[in-house]
Amino acid sequence: MWLWFHRLASPPSFYRFAGILAPWLLAIGLTAIAAGFYGGLVLAPADYQQGDAFRIIYVHVPAAWLSLLGYSAMAVAAFVALVWRIKLAEAVVVASAPAGASFTALALATGMLWGKPMWGAYWVWDARLTSELVLLFLYLGVVALNSAFSDPRAGARACALLALVGAVNVPIVHYSVVWWNSLHQGATVFKPGGPSISPGMLWPLLTAAFGFTMFYAAVVLRRMQNELLIRERNSLWVRELVPVVAA
Amino acid sequence: MTRRQRRTAAVVVLVAGVAAATALAVTAFRKNMMYFYTPSDLAARDVPVSAVMDLGGLVEPGTLKHGTGLAIRFMMTDCHHQMPVAYDGVLPDLFREGQGVVATGHLNADGTFVASRILAKHDSSYMPPNVARQVKAAELQGRKDCAAFKTLGDKAMTAARDAP
Repeated sequence: MWLWFHRLASPPSFYRFAGILAPWLLAIGLTAIAAGFYGGLVLAPADYQQGDAFRIIYVHVPAAWLSLLGYSAMAVAAFVALVWRIKLAEAVVVASAPAGASFTALALATGMLWGKPMWGAYWVWDARLTSELVLLFLYLGVVALNSAFSDPRAGARACALLALVGAVNVPIVHYSVVWWNSLHQGATVFKPGGPSISPGMLWPLLTAAFGFTMFYAAVVLRRMQNELLIRERNSLWVRELVPVVAA
Repeated sequence: MTRRQRRTAAVVVLVAGVAAATALAVTAFRKNMMYFYTPSDLAARDVPVSAVMDLGGLVEPGTLKHGTGLAIRFMMTDCHHQMPVAYDGVLPDLFREGQGVVATGHLNADGTFVASRILAKHDSSYMPPNVARQVKAAELQGRKDCAAFKTLGDKAMTAARDAP
């Protein structure tokens, strides 16, 4: 088990492993997203209060959920990268940030589009919206910090430090609606007493969330592959894989 | 200690320190991070007339009255105290009796909260219209869930809120 783990952590093995895994995750993810969107946008009934406008949750909720899951994964990888100095973990940190930033921006944008007709405002500075915006800035900070270093390993360590310190924001985003008065509503799916959403609306949401997660994993794996190719461009395995670079 | 153990210790101390500092700051500034006050907050303290603030609560069912044009009046409740609210303007789609709302405005001399903007708060429940009809109409109209409207935890305010 550990032997397998150690072998996988070497860049060339992981490159091959990710190359096999990513297309499957992408296919499963896109299928689940298509099923979730069909269920959510076509099959699910309109909401009793919001009518068809509630259907934006099939993009908003999976994106917001991934913005937190992606950051949590990035923070764990950052810890591993700082303590064990594993190249693969550094690649996870650097590869996660742009993908996570995209999903965070998507969650914010869809939330604003929904907020205008339903709440009456695109944006308010309540705890949930503000902490989610801070999350976006943390992601963008990791992206910017990485590109500010010419030495990729030093850059990755700085990014890992920022990602790890920023992890304190993750529980703040999640619990903001519990700890403070906010305009944003509280949890619907994971709350005491069970989900307050009818089953016909819930299954497309969970399917879409699963699909978004698989899609995200596929994107991060592909980005990690590219990251490994660039970082290891002088090593033998990359030269054998991409002869053009060597030439 | 090996180098790896030193690095682990340094990282753990760093994260624990940042987490502790954040927790302290968040606790200290809790009332500044509230997006709105509740009627109970206002009842528990003397609020200067014309101080602009956000006030949140439910539109008490049965109290919504329409005036001329877009003018409305209603009672805002947090299940402990009520506050009369007056507003003249465009309402968001989710505004209705029993719904959570956040009003921006000020108190006038006779104790009415005069709102210049009203935002609606979603109650985080989703169901199709036929299910909503099956849940007794009266129950939907009369239901009051004030969990989303938290009164600041000052001792004086808690006492004031729990007073009949």
